[in-house]
Amino acid sequence: MGRLKFFTPAIFFIAIAILLWRGLYLDPRTLPSMLIDKSMPAFALSTVGGDPVSNSELPDQIFLLNVWGSYCLPCLVEHPTFMRLSEEGEIPVVGVNYKDQNELAHDWLETNGDPFAFSIEDLDGRFGIDLGVYGAPETYLVDADGVIRYRHVSVLDETVWEEEFIPAITELRAESD
Amino acid sequence: MAAKFKTCFLVTLLFLLLLIPTKNIFAQVDTFEFNNEVQQQRFRTLSDELRCPMCQNTNLSGSTGGVAEDLRREIHRMIIEGMSDREIEQFMFERYGDFIFYRPRLRAETILLWFGPLIFLLIGGTVGWSIFRRAKEVSETEIALDDNQKAQLDELVGE
Amino acid sequence: MIPELGQFSLILAFCLSVLLASLPIIGAARNNVLWMSLARPLTAKVFVFLGLSIGILAYAFATDDFSVQIVAAQSNSLLPFQYKLTALWGGHEGSFLLWTFMLSGWMLAVSIYSKSMPIEFVARVLGVLGVLCVAYILFMLATSNPFMRIVPLPPVDGSDLNTALQDFGFIVHPPTLYMGYVGFSVVFAFAIAALLSGRLDAAWARWCRPWANLSWAVLTIGIALGSWWAYYELGWGGWWAWDPVENPPLITWLFGTALIHSLAVTEKRGVFKSWTVLLAILAFSGSLLGTFITRSGLLTSVHAFASDPTRGVFILGILGLAVGGSLLLFAFRAPRMKSEFGFGLVSREIFLLTNNVLLVVAAASVFLGTLFPMVYQALTDDLLSIGPPYFNMIFVPLMMILVLFLGVGPMSRWKRTSTAYLIQQVAKAAVASLVIGVVLPLIVLFEFSLAATVCVALAAWIVLTIGKDISNKIANKESVGKGLRSLSLSYYGMQCAHTGIAIMLVGVGLTSYFSTERSVLLNPGESVELGSYSFQFEGSEAFRGPNYIGDRATILVNRGDYLLPSLYPETRIYLASGTPSTEMAIDAGFLRDLFITLGEEKEGGAWTMTVYVKPFVRWVWLGSIFMALGGTVAAADKRYRRLRQRKSGKDKEQVGSMQPSAI
Repeated sequence: MGRLKFFTPAIFFIAIAILLWRGLYLDPRTLPSMLIDKSMPAFALSTVGGDPVSNSELPDQIFLLNVWGSYCLPCLVEHPTFMRLSEEGEIPVVGVNYKDQNELAHDWLETNGDPFAFSIEDLDGRFGIDLGVYGAPETYLVDADGVIRYRHVSVLDETVWEEEFIPAITELRAESD
Repeated sequence: MAAKFKTCFLVTLLFLLLLIPTKNIFAQVDTFEFNNEVQQQRFRTLSDELRCPMCQNTNLSGSTGGVAEDLRREIHRMIIEGMSDREIEQFMFERYGDFIFYRPRLRAETILLWFGPLIFLLIGGTVGWSIFRRAKEVSETEIALDDNQKAQLDELVGE
Repeated sequence: MIPELGQFSLILAFCLSVLLASLPIIGAARNNVLWMSLARPLTAKVFVFLGLSIGILAYAFATDDFSVQIVAAQSNSLLPFQYKLTALWGGHEGSFLLWTFMLSGWMLAVSIYSKSMPIEFVARVLGVLGVLCVAYILFMLATSNPFMRIVPLPPVDGSDLNTALQDFGFIVHPPTLYMGYVGFSVVFAFAIAALLSGRLDAAWARWCRPWANLSWAVLTIGIALGSWWAYYELGWGGWWAWDPVENPPLITWLFGTALIHSLAVTEKRGVFKSWTVLLAILAFSGSLLGTFITRSGLLTSVHAFASDPTRGVFILGILGLAVGGSLLLFAFRAPRMKSEFGFGLVSREIFLLTNNVLLVVAAASVFLGTLFPMVYQALTDDLLSIGPPYFNMIFVPLMMILVLFLGVGPMSRWKRTSTAYLIQQVAKAAVASLVIGVVLPLIVLFEFSLAATVCVALAAWIVLTIGKDISNKIANKESVGKGLRSLSLSYYGMQCAHTGIAIMLVGVGLTSYFSTERSVLLNPGESVELGSYSFQFEGSEAFRGPNYIGDRATILVNRGDYLLPSLYPETRIYLASGTPSTEMAIDAGFLRDLFITLGEEKEGGAWTMTVYVKPFVRWVWLGSIFMALGGTVAAADKRYRRLRQRKSGKDKEQVGSMQPSAI
């Protein structure tokens, strides 16, 4: 026993080294959403088009909620994916125009195309805070009852769509059957 | 010796440099009004102890723009509306989770974190005590020294 | 062409390091004097080639050679010249080359200032340092080559140095920090050499101490510079954020402080041997841990370099082999190092043991808080944040308990001290400290706070007990002057460093609890009051700098009737990157800092701004200067030089070659 205690530092160290090694493959920057399995926060704002909008206007089916801004370059990168989705018409996409200016948002949609059923205008970011947004772009998957089921942060390209969203949507559809 | 002079030089230079007015920062400036000093202090404490969700490890006080700015605005609004600190923290937790607190909540999972230092202190105390115990045994054992060894001993131990 | 010479030089340094890492150590094991004596020349050559390598890299930066990848990434043609050079350590590859070069610098110093040590010891020490060199250079050549070129089309200009780094703090902080950090590799090598040879005696401790003290002193300055820089860089008056990259140097420093005290006991009394060796290994692991955290993307931090798991795995490998290997060596060899001398319950040994335990517990707690978020995520897939509220709650009480012991420790005697004697010595100081704690803040700042009182009282406790100890020691001398001259440098070093702690405590206590700030919107001509100061905004004007444009505001400062120097805060936009930044204006003073940060311009030339009054904040760094000074002075003590002079004489005098029967 007397000699064994000298091995304690080495043993501790090996345990720590293993932890550090595991830690290397974690991503400490992606925040998990607190709203998973909770209802969409209540809101009463207007769309970019100028019409009033609230929770009752949200689609009665599974839909995507995409947080974007005209200033956001990655949003431009993921834009083609949403255009394709809106053309196919299977899943509606609702936009949240986050901390932007109405004019600029209009211009952006005109220049690049508008894949959104409508875009909720969140000028001061208050709605974004209720959603737990911490940086555009973010996309939420919301089910037919208005419950948030999944969030993806940063660019939603075709790979992400296939690997993350399609399985999630299939699961949701299976549930409601 | 060279290392020593380097250090001395650096140290002197440093003292002189202490008084150079200098520069570059990234702090923000809000001009929120509060009804009294207590509210002002609560705002400052909350902004200091909440983390900016999108920054590289800074608190709300020290972050420019973006979500941090919005959250400070919300804290101000909530203080003025009369919400308690607990309610404000609950608001933040519902939206951003544990991540936003720089002071981790005490739960089953964080017990090791909060009681760890105490455990370390107990371990340290035990190790220290066992070192002392061994030393006590040694000092109680008579070690006979001859003159030569006594002289060597004095050399080693003397100031 | 020239950058390739730099790479070639690096490869040469690698080859020489391999020789250095193998031949002398094998030579020491086999008593081959020829191989052992290769250690010093090989060390010199490694230093030369690493120096050449970093010199060539500096040349590439100085001449805007954007064909070199890191020059293009970190520099820009508009960058002021001094920042072009310091951009060398602005990124991972360059800073790691600096790190390794610092190591070779320390190695050279060891090879020069080791004449009093036996050749097999020197061979082992330099050999171990050579092993580290091999690992570091291999890491660079394999994953982080600073001499990578951009082919075939180098960019016309570079991406520019991060605006936060275009600053004086960046010129001094990283090199000093690295110098101190890397210095602990020397003590580590000493410890390994002791384990390898199976010999650890008072002489070993005597050789070790100056190196430990110097590394500790330089690291203290390095950390203090970082704190000072963060203070005016980040702009809200904070000087320590408990950031995951700031914490490892602190952990190393805490282990290092325990080490220098433990070495004192091992030298004087021949006890705590395994403890001292373990601390040397732990202090060194702290430095490797810091490298690992900064460069692997393990934790989120404002300081971190871009993350890359490959590099992380490599450094983890180095960490594993170096630290794991040495801890295993420790496990096998340390039991042989038994102490022969005992000590009683109330003795200087016990006080220093307590000191060590408290410091190690503090270091372990900071380590726990730094890595826990990662552990939590690995186990629960959820994110957790740990910041100042946690660290302050744990660290501060531990340090306060330590300071309490600090007052009594130096007065205690080795082996056995009477408790009654100690109490009698310090009773008056204890009472006086409490009084000063209450009275000083009241007099100087017209404020009271319990926490600040505790800090000031503890600081007074340190200073008063120092005074008492000195007066005790010179009591029997003929005159005060003679008495003071009879005290050793080592003693003065200790008291100077302890005084540094007292000064720092005053700064920390007063600035943490009595700083004030106010944010306002001012039109030109309007003023704001804070404390006894009034700040009058005189308007702003646009201006242009070497690589930026901006607005500069003029603020007149008054205290009562006295006109103080005006302040000129700025906001800037850097031309190359388009990044905006704010420049605060500071009126730095011995007793307080005033500073102003600008917010935004509103209509009519009005600006939002925040004014701060921070009492005694400079004392935080003044304290660390005294600490570092103390460490340096202690390292200069005569007895470390005495041996060299005596070496020319008889072998009998060489205390180093003798040892108490150590089984």
